[in-house]
Amino acid sequence: MNLKKLTLSALAALVLSTGSAVPAVVTADIENIRFPFDGPFGKWDQNQLQRGLQVYTEVCAACHGLKYVPLRTLTDLGYSEEQVRAYAADNFEVFDGELDDFRAAIPTDSFPGSNLESAPDLSLMAKARVGFSGPYGLGLNQFFKGMGGPEYIVALLNGYSGKEKEEAGTVLYDNAVFGYIAMGPPLSDGLVEFSDGSPNDVKSMSEDVAAFLMWTAEPKLTVRKRVGFMGVFFLGILAILLYLTNKRLWAPHKGKKTA
Amino acid sequence: MSGIPHDHYEPKTGFEKWLHTRLPVVSLLYDTLMIPTPKNLNWWWIWGIVLAFCLVLQIVTGVILVMHYTPNTDLAFASIEHIMRNVNGGAVIRYLHMNGASLFFIAVYIHMFRGLFYGSYKAPREVTWIIGMLIYLAMMATGFLGYVLPWGQMSFWGATVITGLFGAIPFVGEALQTWLLGGPAVDNATLTRFFSLHYLLPFVIAGLVIVHIWAFHTTGNNNPAGVEVRRGSKEEVEKDTLPFWPYFVIKDLFALVLVLVAFFAVVGFMPNYLGHPDNYIEADPLITPAFIVPEWYYLPFYAILRAFTADVWAVMLVEWLTAGVVDAKVFGVFAMFGSILVMALAPWTDTSSVRSGKYRPMFKWWFYLLVIDFMVLMWAGAQPAEPPYSIIALIGAAYWFAYFLVILPILGVIEKPLPQPETIEEDFNNHYGKADTPAE
Repeated sequence: MNLKKLTLSALAALVLSTGSAVPAVVTADIENIRFPFDGPFGKWDQNQLQRGLQVYTEVCAACHGLKYVPLRTLTDLGYSEEQVRAYAADNFEVFDGELDDFRAAIPTDSFPGSNLESAPDLSLMAKARVGFSGPYGLGLNQFFKGMGGPEYIVALLNGYSGKEKEEAGTVLYDNAVFGYIAMGPPLSDGLVEFSDGSPNDVKSMSEDVAAFLMWTAEPKLTVRKRVGFMGVFFLGILAILLYLTNKRLWAPHKGKKTA
Repeated sequence: MSGIPHDHYEPKTGFEKWLHTRLPVVSLLYDTLMIPTPKNLNWWWIWGIVLAFCLVLQIVTGVILVMHYTPNTDLAFASIEHIMRNVNGGAVIRYLHMNGASLFFIAVYIHMFRGLFYGSYKAPREVTWIIGMLIYLAMMATGFLGYVLPWGQMSFWGATVITGLFGAIPFVGEALQTWLLGGPAVDNATLTRFFSLHYLLPFVIAGLVIVHIWAFHTTGNNNPAGVEVRRGSKEEVEKDTLPFWPYFVIKDLFALVLVLVAFFAVVGFMPNYLGHPDNYIEADPLITPAFIVPEWYYLPFYAILRAFTADVWAVMLVEWLTAGVVDAKVFGVFAMFGSILVMALAPWTDTSSVRSGKYRPMFKWWFYLLVIDFMVLMWAGAQPAEPPYSIIALIGAAYWFAYFLVILPILGVIEKPLPQPETIEEDFNNHYGKADTPAE
């Protein structure tokens, strides 16, 4: 039927066009990366997250914070509680209101916030940015490739052209994704030494840290996907049963279909 | 309750009789569930159930979220992250609520366009239609209020822009805006009252839904053929209808579950697709986002709001006639509310005596164009307010008004409708053939 077809395509367009509610300013072509957590069955690669945490701790944390991420949740990355306790105590100090002083961080604390006022907190950065948009505001790219938050981070970290300019006493660095940005190129080849000897060129490190930031932004990603899968699977079975019930229920009232 | 004759509840046991003489609640449920329903209802009639489900889903998930949410400008954003990270099942419940709003609006738009195509708004169902429009308005308000609560950048700036619309209303606007916001700008007072109203309105909607159902249970359902159920006798009624339970309950449940399969796929695999990334940045009154875009379900009306710029002749004319009181901004606000008002008036502007669009050869095409127009407006609403988008939005807005105010009245006069089936039974048998053994 004409109306049915039209409305179905209209419905599809309606669903798809809604991605157009996200006209993020993407100036560069951002490359789609196959992260292990992509797709309905994607899972974290714990080794990658651990490498990302290391990059974050040794590089990003100098200026940026992760104030919404509780340190105890690092056990999700495959660390034991003792390891998390040691990591927290070794790396971070937090202000304790009761002591009225700083003390070493413990697992029940969150990561500290940004040290630098102009450096944004990174807890949610992988969801607060999108790498893909369009075409023509239809949101198709995001439908097929995903939102592209981690891809945006990778593209940003690899997007420095080397050009600089000075504005009001601040050096700004030309970046293909951001335009002129106050953050200088944070990574350089070999900057972080991984204990398992994983590649530590800028591209690899940026992917690791982007994966880690996706975890900080969406720690329940795998749970969510499992719920989604269970929902689709069991409701799918229920739909089949209801279809058969409905067919049988109506059969006595319907003759042979003529139209 | 129903105007269509059918079997009523008879209390049998002693207890049932005892209860029935004191509170006929079983009778009410029985009559509601057993209402004779036109047996030719097609799959476009399933969205009412989806909508009822959405209302329950939103209230249930919402009540849980409220247990963990803090309506305070300093704490709201962090409390959402608390829900997403620390509350058991919190992330899933929050994503269900977030995307539940989108499902609610997808369903309501299909439900409305179904009514527009099959003439469900026509006599004697005008009251059902008007109450439906009130529900839709309450849904828009609820959705908007709810979007402000996470206190992200889009929450804050969306609230600023939308309440600014009320500020544009001549004479009373500024006072009205201050009253809505609880102060000169969006701040803590705004958040707390939006929270309160966001909790209140769903129950208003629930009340309106009951009246909506009551109204169409009084008139009986419309149906794809647009002819009324014969109600001379119970036997006649039984030729045209089947009871809602079990026939339509099972059919609707099947459809609902199919819809939910898609819904769970979105919630599980792409829960942020329909949202805006800026709302993962905490609200900052000092930083305006590059684009302020409302949620997708407001986009068609947002496009109409922005379509009437100062260089449109109609706007210039009105501005001149009202000595500048109604400028482009005010005109846009009136156009936006007007676009919903003209829809509410459809029962009176549509002059055709034929209900169903199936038998209206000219109307059909204008209706399809309206659906496309709606999509185009939705798309244009998300684009920057500059040519060519502004021109497309203006054409789209003009067609929206023309459809309800010009095309519907004229079509009823000039159109020659196709022959309609005499009865629902005939329509049903044309489609499915006559059952070999008459039912029951």
